[in-house]
Amino acid sequence: MRAAARFAAWVYAIAVYGFIFLPVVVLVLFSLQATSFPIPPFTGPSLRWYQAVLSDTRLTSALVNSLLVAVLSSLASVTLGFLSAWGFSRFVLPGSAFLRGLITLPLTVSYLIIGMGLLVLFNWAGVPKSLLAAGIGHVVINLPLCFAIIYSQMGDHQINIERAARDLGAAEWKVLLMITVPVMAPAIFAGFFLSMTFSWDEFVISFLLTRFETTLPVEIWNLLRSGLNPKTNAVGSLVFAVSIVLVVFFELTLLRRKPA
Amino acid sequence: MSVTGNNARALPWALVTPALAWTLLFFVLPFIAMGFSSLTAHEGGGFTLGNYSQFFTDPSYWRAMVNSLEVTAVVTVISILLAYPFAWILAEMVPERWQRLALMLAVLPFWTSYVVRSYSWLLVLAQNGVINRALTGIGLIGEPLQLANTRFATVTGFVHFFVMLLTLTIFANLKQLSPSYRKAAADLGAGPIRTFLHVVLPLTLPGIMVGAFLTFVLCIGDYITPQILGGNNELVMPQLVMMQIGRRGDFPLASALSIILMALVTIAYLACARWLKIERA
Repeated sequence: MRAAARFAAWVYAIAVYGFIFLPVVVLVLFSLQATSFPIPPFTGPSLRWYQAVLSDTRLTSALVNSLLVAVLSSLASVTLGFLSAWGFSRFVLPGSAFLRGLITLPLTVSYLIIGMGLLVLFNWAGVPKSLLAAGIGHVVINLPLCFAIIYSQMGDHQINIERAARDLGAAEWKVLLMITVPVMAPAIFAGFFLSMTFSWDEFVISFLLTRFETTLPVEIWNLLRSGLNPKTNAVGSLVFAVSIVLVVFFELTLLRRKPA
Repeated sequence: MSVTGNNARALPWALVTPALAWTLLFFVLPFIAMGFSSLTAHEGGGFTLGNYSQFFTDPSYWRAMVNSLEVTAVVTVISILLAYPFAWILAEMVPERWQRLALMLAVLPFWTSYVVRSYSWLLVLAQNGVINRALTGIGLIGEPLQLANTRFATVTGFVHFFVMLLTLTIFANLKQLSPSYRKAAADLGAGPIRTFLHVVLPLTLPGIMVGAFLTFVLCIGDYITPQILGGNNELVMPQLVMMQIGRRGDFPLASALSIILMALVTIAYLACARWLKIERA
């Protein structure tokens, strides 16, 4: 009886793994097939569609745009998030709980609504659609994440090191740059890589706020009009690969950190 | 000395002001703009409640909200039922040293974009996709089934995503549970099933609620999955919002619909609020 239950549990776990990996495996597998439809039966490996992606200037320039928006918006998110986390954890500010709540509030609102709001505002203020507008939106969604990650990692241990530096005569900016930033480096990098991942994969805000020059998920969306297409498989697999690299960095920076 | 004193008071505000200003300027202000926009007429401007009354009187709009709520409810329930046993197996049966790897693998596809993930499900569910080819191949069905462009496809795409998300939250919850609770229950004579129902399940309920809330918020606000997998056969709220902008450039109506969508999420938040306390570690 017990053995049967254990067996059933393992079968269940394997079935769920199968369900989770089915679409990804199909995506990558049929990106490697030379025929013009990404459907079974699978016929031999070929890199034809990856070449097609890399020689498509619309896709490659969208890829560069995506990287640019991801890096710059993540840098802005992590900088603003770090400074505010430091401010809130080191100093007693009036209305601190309310203000912290305000900074994390965008986490509870869907991207669609954040994008819609910015679209209405920019439209009213006469700000044209652009990558910059999409980048601003990405900071709105990633700033609360960076703040929450860094704020949650600022403990008493770090306060004591900073106090020691101050007692030894370090100016406030020196404490910040030479003590706090290095000590908080794992949380800062984790916030940065997580922001990169979300910005890199983000669709709806970029879709609403860009026009001619756009990001990769929006270009992939445009490709979908042609139905099932091995080129979409290839570029989708590339996007997935980049996301995985970013997540691995995130894991290594935040989760590998063991208290000394 | 007074200069230092001023500095000491100015410094904290200098640190937190940029983030607060960004939030006010690009999150709160857009919201206010959307509120104003929702109260103006698309033709000619001027104050009106027409955008809201249109939603409550036009049955097709009303239908979209019912669709959204139905899909979200079904997705939330199925995802919890699938994810809980899975998270339990990962937390209890997988050896400790393999758990991190097992969990990381279980949520790997979580990290790819909605667009790519939904497209991948299209490959699986299409007329000539993997499932139909496999089923006709072994002779189980004669004609391919209509799987894509249905509510079934939308729900499948969503469940795929939320099983991974809920596995993460429930796993974390199960790991935080001290083993002494279960030992105590066993010492008092409870069998494994009673221990689970009366001890483990109630103690992991907060984690389930957090996961259910996240599922609700992300599911009801998502445009991509229903658009790619569900097609245009039956619309959900986000599709309705995007239609107003795309086809007609009707910002006021799109704003009103967004605010109604927001209101739904707020109601869900208030319903789960007691479980959603985020505290500093």
